[in-house]
Amino acid sequence: MSINLTTHNLVVEFGALRALGPVSIQIQAGQFVAIVGPSGCGKSTLIRVLAGLQAASFGEARLGEQIIRQPSMRVGMMFQSANLMPWRTVMDNIALPLELAGISSIERQAAVYDLLPLLNLEDFAKAYPDELSGGMAQRVALGRVLIQKPDVLLLDEPFGALDAMTREQISLDLLAMWARDRQTAVMVTHDIHEAVLLSDRVLVMSPRPGQIVEDIAVDLPRPRHIEQTYDTEFAYLAQTIRKAIRL
Amino acid sequence: MFALPLPRNNKRGIFMQQTLEISKQNSVQQRIAKYNRLLWRLGRGRPISFSLVLILWYWVAHSGKVKSFLLPTPEAVFETFHRVLTDGDNVFDSTLWYHTSATLGRVLPGLAIGLTIGISLGYIIAKSPLLETLLSPIVVAFQSMPIVAYAPVLVIWFGTGSQSKILTCVLIVFFPMLMNTIVGIRSVPQNLRDLMKMYRASRWQMFRKLEVPAALPILLTGMKTSATLSVIGAVVGEFIVANEGLGVLITEARGSYNTPLVFVSAISMSALASTLYSIVAFIERRFMRR
Repeated sequence: MSINLTTHNLVVEFGALRALGPVSIQIQAGQFVAIVGPSGCGKSTLIRVLAGLQAASFGEARLGEQIIRQPSMRVGMMFQSANLMPWRTVMDNIALPLELAGISSIERQAAVYDLLPLLNLEDFAKAYPDELSGGMAQRVALGRVLIQKPDVLLLDEPFGALDAMTREQISLDLLAMWARDRQTAVMVTHDIHEAVLLSDRVLVMSPRPGQIVEDIAVDLPRPRHIEQTYDTEFAYLAQTIRKAIRL
Repeated sequence: MFALPLPRNNKRGIFMQQTLEISKQNSVQQRIAKYNRLLWRLGRGRPISFSLVLILWYWVAHSGKVKSFLLPTPEAVFETFHRVLTDGDNVFDSTLWYHTSATLGRVLPGLAIGLTIGISLGYIIAKSPLLETLLSPIVVAFQSMPIVAYAPVLVIWFGTGSQSKILTCVLIVFFPMLMNTIVGIRSVPQNLRDLMKMYRASRWQMFRKLEVPAALPILLTGMKTSATLSVIGAVVGEFIVANEGLGVLITEARGSYNTPLVFVSAISMSALASTLYSIVAFIERRFMRR
């Protein structure tokens, strides 16, 4: 079941330095929201607050009605790097959340084998991370998020390190999986193209301390596909966002 | 001596045809092959380098230019070795085995206690900046003091029995383990810590599932260093005062100008330390499939 995400006058300060805010946003259940902004504007900080990894200095963030104070099993997060444990096989990396939750190894295996074909990793259950390409490693990371069946997806530039082709493909794979379960999704990206292609709504942030300066609805029809990127409407949206970032 | 690690996944060849990851996988295989060749070279190199030393030794000892009480011939050392192994030496009426096992009986508890203290203290220091500022000056000051300088004090405090030798061993062993534990635990990537927090991992899970495996290579390096030093630690204690042990044997042999026996004792210490090292290295190979 997806769930609303809201922040109210959220501010994060590191010592005397204000890194973020104040930020007030409402994200409806099942919405896919992209956050773009210049580097160092605090987008990653924002997503870390939503994840419960970073405490708010002022204001608050809520998951549904509940104030976010610590990570929740309802929230899955993808990091900038695949963040796999090099001593674990693909299978054991994907199963990590279940393992930590104390689920038996038979059930874990079954869950991983259900997921592997979706991720296109059937043959790699027993492979180790250093045998994978960057794209495959991120698919493993995606599997590790999906296996916990989260209601919220937090994506912190998850495909930033991949080449353009791999990146488009894995973005669309992610979108297909999101379309099945319709989690509430928040993605931080510096790629305007990616933001428009994936999201329902793009939030543009100002330079540090980041505040939301523009809230742009993306009304392109779903399911999305690469061809849409050549539409005039797509180009117009991308241009609007680019202008907003420059402000 | 060195077992060549077999490729874990013999089906890898099949995967390769199915994917675009060929170059990537090849590079992994190449790395493994290179590593194996290196191990092979080292395995082959050992007998050759030992033989070279032996030949040089034999040649110098037989040249007639060096007095035999300064450098005994290899045969004399071997003969002494054989004699003390079976009969015991007239010095102490006990065999080499007796002295070696006495030393080992101090090395093993010393190593165990030293590693335990090093790991525990290292873990705490790695976790707490406050404790680091408080403890590191003491640890460093203590460590800069030569152990031979204060070992006699330890004998006064803890008696002439095994305790003082175990203690010198502990003190020598604990430092490298401490430092490696601090470095190892600090090297655990913050990203992986965040990941574990996302899954609400308990403190124990954080330790068992992340910190230990992530720091293991560095911890094992520390253990290898400590294992080689442990014999030195116990022997330093035995130098001060003791009734048995390799440290006693070498002191007595030196006192009576029994140079071959000095050589035998020194070689035995080295063999003991190398064995301990090899045991840790063996464990390392078993644990680190990668």
